Amino acid sequence: MTHILLRHREIPDINQLPVYKKSGGLAAFKNAVTKMKPTEVTDVVKNSGLRGRGGAGFPTGMKWSFIDNKNWPHYVVANADESEPGTFKDREIMEGNPFQFLEGLMIGSYAVGANAAYIYLRGEFWELAAALDEKIAELEEDGYLGDKLFGTDYSLRLYTHLGAGAYICGEETALLESLEGKRGQPRVRPPFPPSVGLYNKPTIINNVETFANVPMIMANGADWYKSMGTADAPGVKIFSLSGRVRKPGNYELPFGTTFRDLIYKHGGGVQDSRKVRAIMPAGASSSLILVHDDNLLDTPMDYLEVRKLKSELGSASVIIVDDTVSMDWLLNKTVHFFQHESCGKCTPCREGTYWMSHLTERIHGGQAVKADVDLLLKVAKQMQGKCLCALGEFSTMAVVSGLEHFREDFDNVVKAS
Amino acid sequence: MSKQVTLTIDGKQVTVQEGTAVVDAAKLAGVDIPVFCHHPKLEPAGMCRMCLVEIGRPMRDRATGQFVMENGAPKIQFMPKLETACTNKVEEGLVVVTQSAKVAEGKNNILEFLLTSHPLDCPVCDKGGECALQDLTIAHGPGKSRFIYDEKRHLAKQKPLGELIFLDQERCIQCARCVRFQDEIAGDAVLEFDKRERSMQIVSRSDPGFDSVFSGNTTDICPVGALTTADFRFGARPWELGSQASICAQCPVGCNTTLNTRREAKADGEIIVKRVMPRQNEEVNEIWICDKGRFAYHYAESKNRLTKPLVRKDKKLARSSWDAATKLAAEKFSKEKKDFVVLASGRLSNEDLFNLKTLADHAGGKAYLYSHMAGGELTSLVGVSAGTNFGTMGAGTTILVVASDLYQEAPIWYLRVKQAKERGATLIVLNPRETKLDKYASFKVRYEYGDEAKTVHDLAKKSKEGDALLKSENVVVLYGSEGLGVLGSQSLATACAKLLNENGYIGKPNSGLIGVWERTNDQGAWEMGFTVEEDLAKALKDKSVYVVGADPVNDDPKLAKALEGATFVAVQDVMETATTEIADVVLPAQAFTEREGTLTSGERRVQRFYPAVPVTGEAKPDFAITAQIARNMGVILEGTSASVVFDLLAETVKSFEGLNYAKLAEVKEQLPIVGRGDMYYGGTTYENKHGLGVHLSAAATRGEKVSIPRVQKEAVPHPKDKELLAVPINKLYHRGTTVMSAELLHERIGEASVSLHPDAAERLGVRAGQTVNVSFNGASGKAVVKLDSSIDEEIALVPRSMGLAIHEPVAVKVKA
Repeated sequence: MTHILLRHREIPDINQLPVYKKSGGLAAFKNAVTKMKPTEVTDVVKNSGLRGRGGAGFPTGMKWSFIDNKNWPHYVVANADESEPGTFKDREIMEGNPFQFLEGLMIGSYAVGANAAYIYLRGEFWELAAALDEKIAELEEDGYLGDKLFGTDYSLRLYTHLGAGAYICGEETALLESLEGKRGQPRVRPPFPPSVGLYNKPTIINNVETFANVPMIMANGADWYKSMGTADAPGVKIFSLSGRVRKPGNYELPFGTTFRDLIYKHGGGVQDSRKVRAIMPAGASSSLILVHDDNLLDTPMDYLEVRKLKSELGSASVIIVDDTVSMDWLLNKTVHFFQHESCGKCTPCREGTYWMSHLTERIHGGQAVKADVDLLLKVAKQMQGKCLCALGEFSTMAVVSGLEHFREDFDNVVKAS
Repeated sequence: MSKQVTLTIDGKQVTVQEGTAVVDAAKLAGVDIPVFCHHPKLEPAGMCRMCLVEIGRPMRDRATGQFVMENGAPKIQFMPKLETACTNKVEEGLVVVTQSAKVAEGKNNILEFLLTSHPLDCPVCDKGGECALQDLTIAHGPGKSRFIYDEKRHLAKQKPLGELIFLDQERCIQCARCVRFQDEIAGDAVLEFDKRERSMQIVSRSDPGFDSVFSGNTTDICPVGALTTADFRFGARPWELGSQASICAQCPVGCNTTLNTRREAKADGEIIVKRVMPRQNEEVNEIWICDKGRFAYHYAESKNRLTKPLVRKDKKLARSSWDAATKLAAEKFSKEKKDFVVLASGRLSNEDLFNLKTLADHAGGKAYLYSHMAGGELTSLVGVSAGTNFGTMGAGTTILVVASDLYQEAPIWYLRVKQAKERGATLIVLNPRETKLDKYASFKVRYEYGDEAKTVHDLAKKSKEGDALLKSENVVVLYGSEGLGVLGSQSLATACAKLLNENGYIGKPNSGLIGVWERTNDQGAWEMGFTVEEDLAKALKDKSVYVVGADPVNDDPKLAKALEGATFVAVQDVMETATTEIADVVLPAQAFTEREGTLTSGERRVQRFYPAVPVTGEAKPDFAITAQIARNMGVILEGTSASVVFDLLAETVKSFEGLNYAKLAEVKEQLPIVGRGDMYYGGTTYENKHGLGVHLSAAATRGEKVSIPRVQKEAVPHPKDKELLAVPINKLYHRGTTVMSAELLHERIGEASVSLHPDAAERLGVRAGQTVNVSFNGASGKAVVKLDSSIDEEIALVPRSMGLAIHEPVAVKVKA
């Protein structure tokens, strides 16, 4: 198929400005700025049904329409923190097809009347940030960024900003704190960023992939976009496939593609031809889907259908777990990740992840008794619904679902006591 | 008044201001919601998750927007999860449930989480007995921990954040109250968190550590025993302590305090003050005090306390009786009549000063206030009075601060002025050099030392600062003595009083003049009619002098010489000083902790203090000693009851008219509600049950005609070649008797210093840290060089009360 987002796979050198322009790039931005009202741009995005690709799947156009027009200036922020274990799609977009992402960001900025937009990248992306800085400079030189664009009153500048390596900075309010030069810790919501965001000003924050969709929607129309995917989630999604598959990687597919197609048709099947035992559809933050029935693999992947399996599609970082993996090992891994990444701001997450990590470590190490396994489940459940931000909740997802579905893996490693 | 909102908390209807947090609304309704990170003085943080409650809102029909009704009342839709009462604001019709099985389980869960990391060292913890975590665990927590004890983290138990405050890293529950206090309230953001997850720890980012004069307050609001003061830690258990209301006597702010006392083996079984705690007075100090007020109280228990009257016999001071000592003093004072001089300190009470002034008047002598700052007769005329409240100043008020470094001179006023600015007041700061208040100033004006009065005078003329000031409804002027002696401060005060008087900013609430005095009750002395003398040495020479509460011999060689030349010297003080050593009669006075009395703050609020500890030796209250001397001179003064002295004072001194001890002890409900059984809410600050104090009337409020004299031209000496102009500045921590007795503060006090511009230092061939000789007017002293590039090249800053007797601008020579 032809890619919409990962177009560099078909068009060589699309990361070069002349090539991008020759492929139709930047026409949508110029058209928007010179011929459309900001609200018209928002309406197109709203009508396309585009949903945020950062994980929550919030309708993008609706978010843009929430911007508080009584309070100025406005800011737009691209969340390029990409820190969910198993997610590696934004990096490929920014490396391979950077201008499409930048153009989407520029169109979004125009739609909400922002004259400054920030790209917040995780610290490890420093080379990428330097490359983006060059691209931004080229756009400025070419008259697509700067003051009074195309002879209109609209001005826009883009800036990159590097984080310091914290998972929590992918959470939008922690990202804003970090961007402001403070400790990356989430803020209390509400108020939400479209009312009170960066420097307490109305701010729109979207994921890199979300922005990358926007130029194509503007160029081809909302109906074209809606012709792909499902009613719940129109368009295409980049699935970051990893785990025990033969061909891990990014696969840009329409929403509604089944797990089976992703794993077998695109991912080359499970290593050593083993059976899929569980799926983590949203990286480490996922509830584990127990594949007890082979038919379950025919579930079409969109937000609604995955939720029916008591999990979330999230950012679609699909991790395949086969029967060589013991769940006590898997949980120990994910819990240690969350323990390490807990920002420490709220009690249940700070203390709960620490406690859980001790329990999973003990269980995995074979030093636990059955009561420890019961306690692990209780600790996870007593964290739920009490944390300040979603990270704390996420840390319990794999634990609770893992213990509910795969209790035997844990009972196998505990002492008889 | 903002909009009122009615909500229901545990079935009780409560109406509160819009924007109130649910947890604070509950407090007003008498419902306690447990908290750790929330504090009514701080912005909501939502961190500890202890205040979980159930919250429901009236359901609306999506189509019509009307309330969905059920049994005649709006149907309430509850949120699926528990909500934090600190981050949810009140809404009309909101329903809050704090007592349910779900909430109880939530609280229990959060406590269990907190206790997984918290050590069980309550039996040896200073906070035990007044600890939020301890109290709330008993009330809501699990009886047993399911966390394996061996897996607890072991961290530093005694980590100094500075030399005043220690951190126990194990006890810290990461509520960030201290970090947020320093950032939001104090404006000294010197604390922050380091690292994340369970490794997250409080660290100080300043040099010296925890560099803030408000640091002690963090120990009051710390909900656990993580932060303790070096002064009190390991000192006593809270339940052993007695408590008595008092007033801080360190500066003119008049912070309300509570003295915690205990019988102490180390003090030979005596009852002594163990710690000074803030006592709520929202119009004065809210619930805060500065570190000087908190730590500089030890002089009352000093080994150098005077315990018996002494009379000089054969050139030596020898023990005497009260009768003999006061008779001798009376005899000498009577003999001299016109040459009788009272030299009294502003740390004496109103009652003491009243008796002293009355005695001087009857005897035909003079009564001088021991101070280098003048202008008090003007603060009595056009000072602030009834209705003035720093807590309400905001938009429409201009606060002008001139010749004062408020952070150093009156820290709590610094906080109040900062807050007023944050609420919308205009702040104009006039000072020759940068001070901490500059960062909050709406306008900063720099002038040359000596141009103080002129600068104030010119302000009202065409200037953007003047325009802003004259547009205000209210204007408060705080003037100080930076770079000023008696004459200079007199000129400045006159210029300030003129500005206020000519533009109608007198005789109404939140307007008027405030003196940033050197001592706590200087204002009281001025009200009583004391004056300051420019050439005190001359005024003391060949006189019969009654020195009360002052140590001129130590402070100034010129005064020492003058007193040597006095015909007779009686010294009344709490401690042995250089001045008692040269005295003919020494009269032991009680410390303010041992007696009752009243003080008049710089904003002219009269407040009562109460006895907290037993009397030392044979010491008597100052007013009683004066009365005894007076009786021997045939003058009848009240000498037994402080409240009766006050009644007489109120009959005599107009501004005190109508006041009495009962009125001063009146209280009213203050918000936020703090200091009750729920220390987790407001911290360990005390509720005010002993009086909020009353403002004195000013001539302007009494409708008397106010006329301000002409401004006298200031004369600043012009330094010759190789000389610098030394100007006195004020430091919070100095070498005064009361401060030096707090050993803990010695590091902060440091040595006598002289601050020079780096270029001046280079020209003189001296470097930072070097000890130099500073000579002036035939005197000289040693000082350590500091560099300050914010001052002019010809200026040398010399802090007062640090050993160099520079009280007004003088030409000095600085030599290596």
